[in-house]
Amino acid sequence: MHPTRRHQSYLAAMAHRVSGALLALFLPVHFLLLGSALDGPEALDHYLRLADNPFVKFAEWGLVSLLGIHLALGLRVLLLELTPWPHRTEKLSTWILPSALFALGLGLLFIYRSTS
Amino acid sequence: MSSTVTSERLLQVSIWRGGDDGRLVQYEIETRENQTVLDVVTEIQRRLEPSLAYRFACRVGVCGSCAMTVNGRPRWTCRTHVKNVVEDHALTIEPLRNLPKIKDLVCDLAPFIDTFKRAGAPFSGSNTRHEKPAAVKPDSPLRVAADAALQCINCAVCYSACDVVSWNPDYIGPAGLNRAWTLVNDVRHNRREQTFKMAFGEGGCGSCHSHGNCTRHCPVELRPSESIAGLKRAAFSGLPTE
Repeated sequence: MHPTRRHQSYLAAMAHRVSGALLALFLPVHFLLLGSALDGPEALDHYLRLADNPFVKFAEWGLVSLLGIHLALGLRVLLLELTPWPHRTEKLSTWILPSALFALGLGLLFIYRSTS
Repeated sequence: MSSTVTSERLLQVSIWRGGDDGRLVQYEIETRENQTVLDVVTEIQRRLEPSLAYRFACRVGVCGSCAMTVNGRPRWTCRTHVKNVVEDHALTIEPLRNLPKIKDLVCDLAPFIDTFKRAGAPFSGSNTRHEKPAAVKPDSPLRVAADAALQCINCAVCYSACDVVSWNPDYIGPAGLNRAWTLVNDVRHNRREQTFKMAFGEGGCGSCHSHGNCTRHCPVELRPSESIAGLKRAAFSGLPTE
Protein backbone atom coordinates (compact mmCIF):
# COMPACT_ATOMS: atom_id res chain seq x y z
CA MET A 1 0.00 0.00 0.00
CA HIS A 2 1.21 3.52 -0.82
CA PRO A 3 2.57 5.12 2.37
CA THR A 4 0.18 8.11 2.12
CA ARG A 5 -2.74 5.70 2.41
CA ARG A 6 -1.72 3.98 5.64
CA HIS A 7 -4.46 5.43 7.81
CA GLN A 8 -7.95 4.47 8.92
CA SER A 9 -9.91 7.00 6.86
CA TYR A 10 -8.46 5.51 3.68
CA LEU A 11 -9.23 2.00 4.91
CA ALA A 12 -12.84 3.03 5.59
CA ALA A 13 -13.16 4.65 2.14
CA MET A 14 -11.78 1.55 0.43
CA ALA A 15 -13.97 -0.88 2.41
CA HIS A 16 -16.98 1.25 1.47
CA ARG A 17 -16.02 1.37 -2.21
CA VAL A 18 -15.05 -2.29 -2.61
CA SER A 19 -18.20 -3.51 -0.82
CA GLY A 20 -20.26 -1.22 -3.08
CA ALA A 21 -18.59 -2.53 -6.23
CA LEU A 22 -19.14 -6.16 -5.17
CA LEU A 23 -22.79 -5.47 -4.37
CA ALA A 24 -23.20 -3.83 -7.78
CA LEU A 25 -21.86 -7.01 -9.38
CA PHE A 26 -24.54 -8.99 -7.57
CA LEU A 27 -27.41 -6.68 -8.59
CA PRO A 28 -27.92 -8.10 -12.13
CA VAL A 29 -28.21 -11.62 -10.64
CA HIS A 30 -30.67 -10.27 -8.07
CA PHE A 31 -32.88 -8.68 -10.74
CA LEU A 32 -32.64 -11.76 -12.95
CA LEU A 33 -33.88 -13.90 -10.07
CA LEU A 34 -36.71 -11.50 -9.23
CA GLY A 35 -37.61 -11.30 -12.90
CA SER A 36 -38.18 -15.07 -12.95
CA ALA A 37 -41.34 -14.39 -10.89
CA LEU A 38 -42.87 -13.01 -14.08
CA ASP A 39 -42.89 -16.57 -15.39
CA GLY A 40 -44.94 -17.73 -12.41
CA PRO A 41 -44.30 -18.85 -8.81
CA GLU A 42 -42.78 -22.18 -9.87
CA ALA A 43 -40.01 -20.46 -11.79
CA LEU A 44 -39.15 -18.24 -8.81
CA ASP A 45 -39.32 -21.16 -6.37
CA HIS A 46 -36.96 -23.10 -8.60
CA TYR A 47 -34.32 -20.42 -8.15
CA LEU A 48 -35.11 -19.87 -4.46
CA ARG A 49 -34.45 -23.55 -3.80
CA LEU A 50 -30.87 -22.94 -4.91
CA ALA A 51 -30.47 -21.07 -1.62
CA ASP A 52 -30.66 -24.42 0.20
CA ASN A 53 -27.26 -25.27 -1.27
CA PRO A 54 -24.61 -24.59 1.43
CA PHE A 55 -22.35 -22.79 -1.06
CA VAL A 56 -25.18 -20.47 -2.12
CA LYS A 57 -26.03 -19.95 1.56
CA PHE A 58 -22.40 -18.98 2.22
CA ALA A 59 -22.51 -16.55 -0.71
CA GLU A 60 -25.72 -15.05 0.67
CA TRP A 61 -24.07 -14.60 4.05
CA GLY A 62 -21.27 -12.75 2.25
CA LEU A 63 -23.77 -10.51 0.51
CA VAL A 64 -25.58 -9.67 3.75
CA SER A 65 -22.24 -8.85 5.42
CA LEU A 66 -21.22 -6.67 2.46
CA LEU A 67 -24.53 -4.88 2.67
CA GLY A 68 -23.98 -4.29 6.40
CA ILE A 69 -20.48 -2.85 6.00
CA HIS A 70 -21.56 -0.71 3.02
CA LEU A 71 -24.53 0.65 4.95
CA ALA A 72 -22.51 1.48 8.07
CA LEU A 73 -19.61 3.09 6.19
CA GLY A 74 -22.07 4.96 3.96
CA LEU A 75 -23.54 6.51 7.10
CA ARG A 76 -20.00 7.56 8.01
CA VAL A 77 -19.62 9.41 4.69
CA LEU A 78 -22.99 11.13 5.20
CA LEU A 79 -21.97 12.24 8.69
CA LEU A 80 -18.58 13.36 7.43
CA GLU A 81 -19.89 15.41 4.56
CA LEU A 82 -23.34 16.59 5.61
CA THR A 83 -23.09 17.36 9.30
CA PRO A 84 -21.14 20.30 10.69
CA TRP A 85 -17.78 19.43 12.17
CA PRO A 86 -16.09 19.69 14.94
CA HIS A 87 -15.99 15.92 14.62
CA ARG A 88 -12.65 14.98 13.18
CA THR A 89 -11.83 12.40 10.57
CA GLU A 90 -9.76 10.60 13.20
CA LYS A 91 -12.78 10.35 15.46
CA LEU A 92 -14.94 9.08 12.61
CA SER A 93 -12.23 6.55 11.84
CA THR A 94 -13.32 4.75 14.99
CA TRP A 95 -16.45 4.04 12.94
CA ILE A 96 -14.59 1.22 11.21
CA LEU A 97 -14.63 -1.35 14.03
CA PRO A 98 -18.34 -0.83 14.90
CA SER A 99 -19.11 -1.08 11.15
CA ALA A 100 -17.27 -4.38 10.89
CA LEU A 101 -19.00 -5.68 14.01
CA PHE A 102 -22.38 -4.54 12.71
CA ALA A 103 -21.75 -6.36 9.41
CA LEU A 104 -20.58 -9.47 11.25
CA GLY A 105 -23.66 -9.36 13.48
CA LEU A 106 -25.96 -8.92 10.51
CA GLY A 107 -24.31 -11.88 8.78
CA LEU A 108 -24.70 -14.05 11.89
CA LEU A 109 -28.35 -13.00 12.26
CA PHE A 110 -28.90 -14.03 8.65
CA ILE A 111 -27.35 -17.44 9.29
CA TYR A 112 -29.41 -17.86 12.47
CA ARG A 113 -32.67 -16.87 10.75
CA SER A 114 -32.09 -19.03 7.71
CA THR A 115 -31.12 -22.15 9.67
CA SER A 116 -33.78 -21.96 12.41
CA MET B 1 26.55 18.94 10.40
CA SER B 2 28.96 19.24 13.28
CA SER B 3 26.80 17.14 15.60
CA THR B 4 28.02 13.86 16.99
CA VAL B 5 28.12 10.78 14.81
CA THR B 6 25.87 8.31 16.64
CA SER B 7 26.24 5.08 14.77
CA GLU B 8 28.95 3.12 13.10
CA ARG B 9 26.42 2.22 10.49
CA LEU B 10 26.08 4.55 7.53
CA LEU B 11 22.77 6.01 6.42
CA GLN B 12 21.80 4.72 2.99
CA VAL B 13 20.10 7.55 1.11
CA SER B 14 18.38 7.17 -2.26
CA ILE B 15 17.76 10.52 -3.92
CA TRP B 16 15.83 11.23 -7.09
CA ARG B 17 18.15 12.73 -9.73
CA GLY B 18 16.95 14.31 -12.96
CA GLY B 19 13.49 15.27 -14.20
CA ASP B 20 10.43 13.13 -14.87
CA ASP B 21 12.63 10.54 -16.60
CA GLY B 22 15.22 10.52 -13.83
CA ARG B 23 16.19 7.75 -11.42
CA LEU B 24 17.12 7.11 -7.80
CA VAL B 25 20.83 7.44 -6.97
CA GLN B 26 22.37 5.95 -3.81
CA TYR B 27 24.51 7.92 -1.35
CA GLU B 28 26.01 7.06 2.01
CA ILE B 29 26.47 9.51 4.86
CA GLU B 30 27.10 9.25 8.56
CA THR B 31 24.19 8.96 10.99
CA ARG B 32 24.17 11.92 13.37
CA GLU B 33 22.34 13.07 16.43
CA ASN B 34 19.41 15.44 15.82
CA GLN B 35 19.68 15.02 12.09
CA THR B 36 16.77 16.25 9.97
CA VAL B 37 16.08 15.04 6.44
CA LEU B 38 16.97 18.53 5.20
CA ASP B 39 20.34 18.16 6.99
CA VAL B 40 20.86 14.91 5.07
CA VAL B 41 20.12 16.53 1.70
CA THR B 42 22.34 19.51 2.53
CA GLU B 43 25.21 17.27 3.62
CA ILE B 44 24.99 15.25 0.42
CA GLN B 45 24.87 18.40 -1.71
CA ARG B 46 27.82 20.02 0.05
CA ARG B 47 30.05 17.00 0.39
CA LEU B 48 29.13 14.45 -2.24
CA GLU B 49 26.98 15.85 -5.02
CA PRO B 50 27.36 19.63 -5.61
CA SER B 51 24.99 19.52 -8.59
CA LEU B 52 22.07 18.26 -6.46
CA ALA B 53 19.13 20.68 -6.75
CA TYR B 54 16.68 21.18 -3.88
CA ARG B 55 14.67 24.00 -2.32
CA PHE B 56 14.74 25.37 1.18
CA ALA B 57 14.60 28.78 2.84
CA CYS B 58 13.76 29.16 6.54
CA ARG B 59 14.85 25.70 7.83
CA VAL B 60 12.48 26.07 10.80
CA GLY B 61 9.04 25.07 9.52
CA VAL B 62 7.73 28.47 8.51
CA CYS B 63 8.08 28.71 4.75
CA GLY B 64 7.21 25.17 3.58
CA SER B 65 9.60 25.34 0.63
CA CYS B 66 11.60 22.24 1.67
CA ALA B 67 8.62 19.88 1.21
CA MET B 68 9.71 16.58 -0.37
CA THR B 69 8.61 12.98 -0.45
CA VAL B 70 10.40 11.01 2.27
CA ASN B 71 9.96 7.23 2.23
CA GLY B 72 6.83 7.71 0.15
CA ARG B 73 5.15 10.41 2.25
CA PRO B 74 5.16 14.17 1.65
CA ARG B 75 6.80 16.08 4.49
CA TRP B 76 8.57 19.28 5.44
CA THR B 77 12.12 17.94 5.50
CA CYS B 78 13.30 20.61 7.95
CA ARG B 79 10.78 19.38 10.53
CA THR B 80 11.36 15.68 9.94
CA HIS B 81 13.95 13.97 12.11
CA VAL B 82 15.72 11.10 10.41
CA LYS B 83 15.26 8.87 13.46
CA ASN B 84 11.47 9.18 13.11
CA VAL B 85 11.27 8.07 9.48
CA VAL B 86 14.36 5.96 8.80
CA GLU B 87 13.66 2.36 7.86
CA ASP B 88 16.52 -0.11 8.27
CA HIS B 89 19.12 2.69 8.05
CA ALA B 90 17.70 3.80 4.71
CA LEU B 91 15.89 6.87 3.39
CA THR B 92 14.34 7.49 -0.02
CA ILE B 93 13.96 11.16 -0.87
CA GLU B 94 12.01 12.27 -3.94
CA PRO B 95 10.33 15.48 -5.10
CA LEU B 96 6.67 16.02 -4.24
CA ARG B 97 4.22 13.69 -5.98
CA ASN B 98 1.55 15.00 -8.39
CA LEU B 99 3.75 17.82 -9.71
CA PRO B 100 6.11 17.93 -12.71
CA LYS B 101 9.73 17.34 -11.73
CA ILE B 102 12.16 20.08 -12.84
CA LYS B 103 15.44 18.71 -11.55
CA ASP B 104 16.31 16.36 -8.72
CA LEU B 105 14.23 17.35 -5.68
CA VAL B 106 12.79 20.50 -7.24
CA CYS B 107 9.30 20.28 -8.71
CA ASP B 108 7.30 22.80 -10.68
CA LEU B 109 4.75 24.37 -8.34
CA ALA B 110 2.95 26.31 -11.10
CA PRO B 111 0.11 23.75 -11.55
CA PHE B 112 -0.43 23.82 -7.78
CA ILE B 113 -0.50 27.63 -7.59
CA ASP B 114 -2.98 27.66 -10.49
CA THR B 115 -5.43 25.64 -8.41
CA PHE B 116 -6.04 28.66 -6.17
CA LYS B 117 -7.24 30.71 -9.14
CA ARG B 118 -9.33 27.78 -10.34
CA ALA B 119 -10.96 27.63 -6.89
CA GLY B 120 -12.07 31.25 -7.04
CA ALA B 121 -9.17 33.03 -5.32
CA PRO B 122 -7.83 35.66 -4.83
CA PHE B 123 -9.68 37.80 -2.33
CA SER B 124 -11.53 40.67 -3.88
CA GLY B 125 -12.65 43.55 -1.70
CA SER B 126 -14.77 46.50 -2.69
CA ASN B 127 -13.82 48.93 0.09
CA THR B 128 -11.12 51.52 -0.45
CA ARG B 129 -8.67 52.83 2.14
CA HIS B 130 -10.98 55.79 2.66
CA GLU B 131 -13.74 53.62 4.10
CA LYS B 132 -13.90 52.08 7.54
CA PRO B 133 -12.66 48.48 7.78
CA ALA B 134 -15.47 45.91 7.79
CA ALA B 135 -16.45 44.86 11.31
CA VAL B 136 -16.10 41.07 11.55
CA LYS B 137 -16.82 39.69 15.00
CA PRO B 138 -14.24 37.08 16.03
CA ASP B 139 -16.98 34.79 17.35
CA SER B 140 -19.31 35.06 14.35
CA PRO B 141 -20.00 31.64 12.75
CA LEU B 142 -18.46 32.63 9.43
CA ARG B 143 -15.32 33.96 11.03
CA VAL B 144 -14.99 30.81 13.18
CA ALA B 145 -15.37 28.64 10.06
CA ALA B 146 -12.78 30.66 8.14
CA ASP B 147 -10.40 30.70 11.13
CA ALA B 148 -10.25 26.91 11.20
CA ALA B 149 -8.98 26.88 7.61
CA LEU B 150 -6.54 29.80 7.72
CA GLN B 151 -2.78 29.47 8.28
CA CYS B 152 -2.17 27.50 5.08
CA ILE B 153 1.29 28.39 3.77
CA ASN B 154 0.82 26.72 0.37
CA CYS B 155 3.53 24.10 0.82
CA ALA B 156 1.70 21.60 -1.48
CA VAL B 157 2.07 18.69 0.95
CA CYS B 158 -1.71 18.04 0.88
CA TYR B 159 -1.77 18.31 -2.92
CA SER B 160 1.04 15.77 -3.09
CA ALA B 161 -0.72 13.41 -0.65
CA CYS B 162 -4.09 13.55 -2.44
CA ASP B 163 -5.12 10.39 -4.32
CA VAL B 164 -7.76 12.19 -6.38
CA VAL B 165 -5.17 14.68 -7.70
CA SER B 166 -3.04 11.72 -8.82
CA TRP B 167 -6.03 10.18 -10.64
CA ASN B 168 -7.64 13.32 -12.03
CA PRO B 169 -5.39 16.20 -13.11
CA ASP B 170 -8.46 18.47 -13.38
CA TYR B 171 -9.18 18.18 -9.65
CA ILE B 172 -8.47 21.47 -7.86
CA GLY B 173 -7.13 19.67 -4.82
CA PRO B 174 -7.32 20.24 -1.08
CA ALA B 175 -5.31 23.48 -0.74
CA GLY B 176 -7.26 25.39 -3.39
CA LEU B 177 -10.61 24.22 -2.01
CA ASN B 178 -9.51 25.03 1.53
CA ARG B 179 -8.72 28.57 0.34
CA ALA B 180 -12.11 28.77 -1.39
CA TRP B 181 -13.81 27.84 1.90
CA THR B 182 -12.09 30.72 3.71
CA LEU B 183 -13.27 33.13 0.96
CA VAL B 184 -16.81 31.78 0.94
CA ASN B 185 -16.93 32.57 4.68
CA ASP B 186 -15.37 36.01 4.29
CA VAL B 187 -18.09 38.68 4.27
CA ARG B 188 -15.61 41.22 2.88
CA HIS B 189 -15.03 39.10 -0.25
CA ASN B 190 -17.31 40.54 -2.93
CA ARG B 191 -17.11 37.48 -5.21
CA ARG B 192 -18.37 34.91 -2.69
CA GLU B 193 -21.02 33.49 -5.03
CA GLN B 194 -18.56 33.22 -7.90
CA THR B 195 -15.90 31.63 -5.70
CA PHE B 196 -18.42 29.07 -4.49
CA LYS B 197 -19.51 28.26 -8.05
CA MET B 198 -15.90 27.75 -9.11
CA ALA B 199 -15.15 25.59 -6.06
CA PHE B 200 -18.21 23.48 -6.81
CA GLY B 201 -17.70 23.40 -10.58
CA GLU B 202 -15.83 20.87 -12.67
CA GLY B 203 -12.86 19.43 -10.76
CA GLY B 204 -14.17 21.07 -7.57
CA CYS B 205 -15.24 19.78 -4.17
CA GLY B 206 -17.64 17.22 -5.71
CA SER B 207 -14.62 15.24 -6.92
CA CYS B 208 -13.27 14.70 -3.39
CA HIS B 209 -13.53 11.08 -2.23
CA SER B 210 -13.03 11.97 1.46
CA HIS B 211 -9.99 9.73 1.87
CA GLY B 212 -8.57 12.26 4.30
CA ASN B 213 -4.94 12.03 3.07
CA CYS B 214 -4.76 15.85 3.06
CA THR B 215 -5.87 16.19 6.67
CA ARG B 216 -3.60 13.35 7.68
CA HIS B 217 -0.50 14.96 6.16
CA CYS B 218 -0.98 18.72 6.66
CA PRO B 219 2.12 19.88 8.58
CA VAL B 220 0.20 22.73 10.24
CA GLU B 221 -2.66 20.42 11.17
CA LEU B 222 -5.30 22.10 9.06
CA ARG B 223 -8.28 20.01 8.01
CA PRO B 224 -8.91 20.52 4.29
CA SER B 225 -11.39 17.60 4.50
CA GLU B 226 -13.52 19.78 6.78
CA SER B 227 -13.36 22.74 4.37
CA ILE B 228 -14.33 20.54 1.42
CA ALA B 229 -17.21 19.04 3.45
CA GLY B 230 -18.33 22.61 4.20
CA LEU B 231 -18.38 23.42 0.49
CA LYS B 232 -20.39 20.25 -0.21
CA ARG B 233 -22.92 21.18 2.48
CA ALA B 234 -23.20 24.67 1.00
CA ALA B 235 -24.35 23.03 -2.22
CA PHE B 236 -27.49 21.96 -0.32
CA SER B 237 -27.95 24.86 2.06
CA GLY B 238 -26.61 27.77 0.02
CA LEU B 239 -23.84 30.18 0.94
CA PRO B 240 -23.15 30.34 4.68
CA THR B 241 -24.79 33.33 6.37
CA GLU B 242 -24.33 35.04 9.72
